[in-house]
Amino acid sequence: MLFKKRTYATIQLPKSKEPYVQTEADPITRGEVIPEGDFHKCPNCGEIFYAEILRTTEGVCQKCGQHLRLGARERIAQITDAFDEFHHQMEETNPLDFPGYEKKLASNRERSQEAEAVVTGLATIGEQPCVLAVMDAGFMMGSMGSVVGEKITLAVERAKEEALPLIIFCASGGARMQEGIYSLMQMAKISLAVEAFSKVGGLYVSVLTDPTTGGVTASFAMQGDLIVAEPGTLIGFAGRRVIEQTIRQTLPEGFQRAEFLLEKGFLDQIIPRNEMKETLTRVLKLHGGKR
Amino acid sequence: MREEIKRVESELKRLEALQADGIDVSEAINKRKQEVKAMKAEFPMDAWDRVTKARDAKRPVASQYIEGLVDDFMEFHGDRRFGDDPALIGGVGWIGDTAFTILGQEKGVGTKERVKRNFGMLNPEGYRKAQRLMKQAEKFNRPILCLVDTPGAFCGLGAEERGQGQAIAESLTLMAGLQVPVITIVIGEGGSGGALAMAVADEVWMMENSIYSILSPEGFATILWKDASRAQEASEVMKITANDLESFGMVDRVVREPDEFCVETLPAVIESMREIILKTVSDYQKLPVESLLKKRYEKFRAMGRVSEKEGTE
Repeated sequence: MLFKKRTYATIQLPKSKEPYVQTEADPITRGEVIPEGDFHKCPNCGEIFYAEILRTTEGVCQKCGQHLRLGARERIAQITDAFDEFHHQMEETNPLDFPGYEKKLASNRERSQEAEAVVTGLATIGEQPCVLAVMDAGFMMGSMGSVVGEKITLAVERAKEEALPLIIFCASGGARMQEGIYSLMQMAKISLAVEAFSKVGGLYVSVLTDPTTGGVTASFAMQGDLIVAEPGTLIGFAGRRVIEQTIRQTLPEGFQRAEFLLEKGFLDQIIPRNEMKETLTRVLKLHGGKR
Repeated sequence: MREEIKRVESELKRLEALQADGIDVSEAINKRKQEVKAMKAEFPMDAWDRVTKARDAKRPVASQYIEGLVDDFMEFHGDRRFGDDPALIGGVGWIGDTAFTILGQEKGVGTKERVKRNFGMLNPEGYRKAQRLMKQAEKFNRPILCLVDTPGAFCGLGAEERGQGQAIAESLTLMAGLQVPVITIVIGEGGSGGALAMAVADEVWMMENSIYSILSPEGFATILWKDASRAQEASEVMKITANDLESFGMVDRVVREPDEFCVETLPAVIESMREIILKTVSDYQKLPVESLLKKRYEKFRAMGRVSEKEGTE
């Protein structure tokens, strides 16, 4: 078990509309110095949470239900029983010699402690084996360059070779601008792999998490046999600002959210985070697993 | 350097005018001519020159290629789901003695038609019409010729509602598995996913002064530098010209253009292309379907640049 969930001291959760109750276990009352980053603010309702509390709620705001963005490791810990990562050491080159790209990569690596914007590996979810790829919006907004494209392609090919189901958690702002046309071609490369995998009867579940946009939406995010999303996820091809500039009007509330896409017929289901693991287990079982 | 060339060229024009007036400046003229020649050889057209050419209103559009290249073209309309997208022309016709399915992203000629064609920006219906006709081509075992000329897929409210991303995604997987040969020629602008959705092909060609990019230079400059006015600078770093893409191995052939590329000079270009198109398609038609698909897979599989750090598994 690589990513066993840690157990934490019991902390009383702040109930909505009730004042925050400080307990003895709370470091604030014990006068400890809290390093920066130990608090999270809900981007939707503005509620401020102690990070550890947020962890016990799987990163869901207890006040408004907003599903906050998760790092890939956190996500993997939440949904898998076991995870065996591959291709961890692959690195970007700078194919266009884009000024400042290496520096940007280095600072993102340091901040996120990840090598790139996707983590792939063999996973067990509810005793069901599968190939899992999880994108991380915390690394250059989950943008897709050569490494992301290559890792996902290899994951799809691995699933095909080993006749395993494939699950991809999408989270991406789209193309990696600094890699230009190389980024665009990743869409084609992955699509060819997905199609070949599909032809041999492989199951591909695409899980859309906030945000799923641009070239990822226009390729593998929308190529799943099943396409599901977390509540409130932003899903779209073009960015909101670009559309507003094109049509010169303000877009309606809730436009490009998961609920909107479900209504328009582009999603199979919206699945809250606390039901994700169970739902994926059911799906995997229904597609050739044991009941 | 472009300014420098322009400066010398205008000087040259003035000198030639003087010469015409009977003042002998032939020595100076020859000197300037050689300067220009040397500068042009050393500094060929920059990316922004190509962007300008690729977008030039006089540049031939898909319908004009079809008119010159295809005999007895019969256009088919509609996606059978929502509507008919005027930004995509689809149909069948003869190139030589071979029946092709032709799909062209159409910008239109003249303001009125350009508006009607939405400046070559497809809605989801356009991609779904293309998918329908590609499947039909497969059914009747016809090769497919795609002409790409779009600033990008349309970014509108309706396009999002009707699944622009899903439409493009589906085109990509459909083309991945097509059992007939596909040639794509980027004739003007190859903008982003909207272009790629017609370019998962066995061969991708580019006209000499066309561009093919992840995004428009304006969009790119906006995203990275928050300044659309730096588009010219963006076009240089983005590497979007036919020569760039050929050197990356993403484009199989670059078709030469005359200096003045317009509808008048198009026929000669088309004549130079016809035989190559037929030869290429017939070569791919000789391949068993499995090899055709494998070849297409490997072509795109090789795209991307990564390095393995030491100590990998």
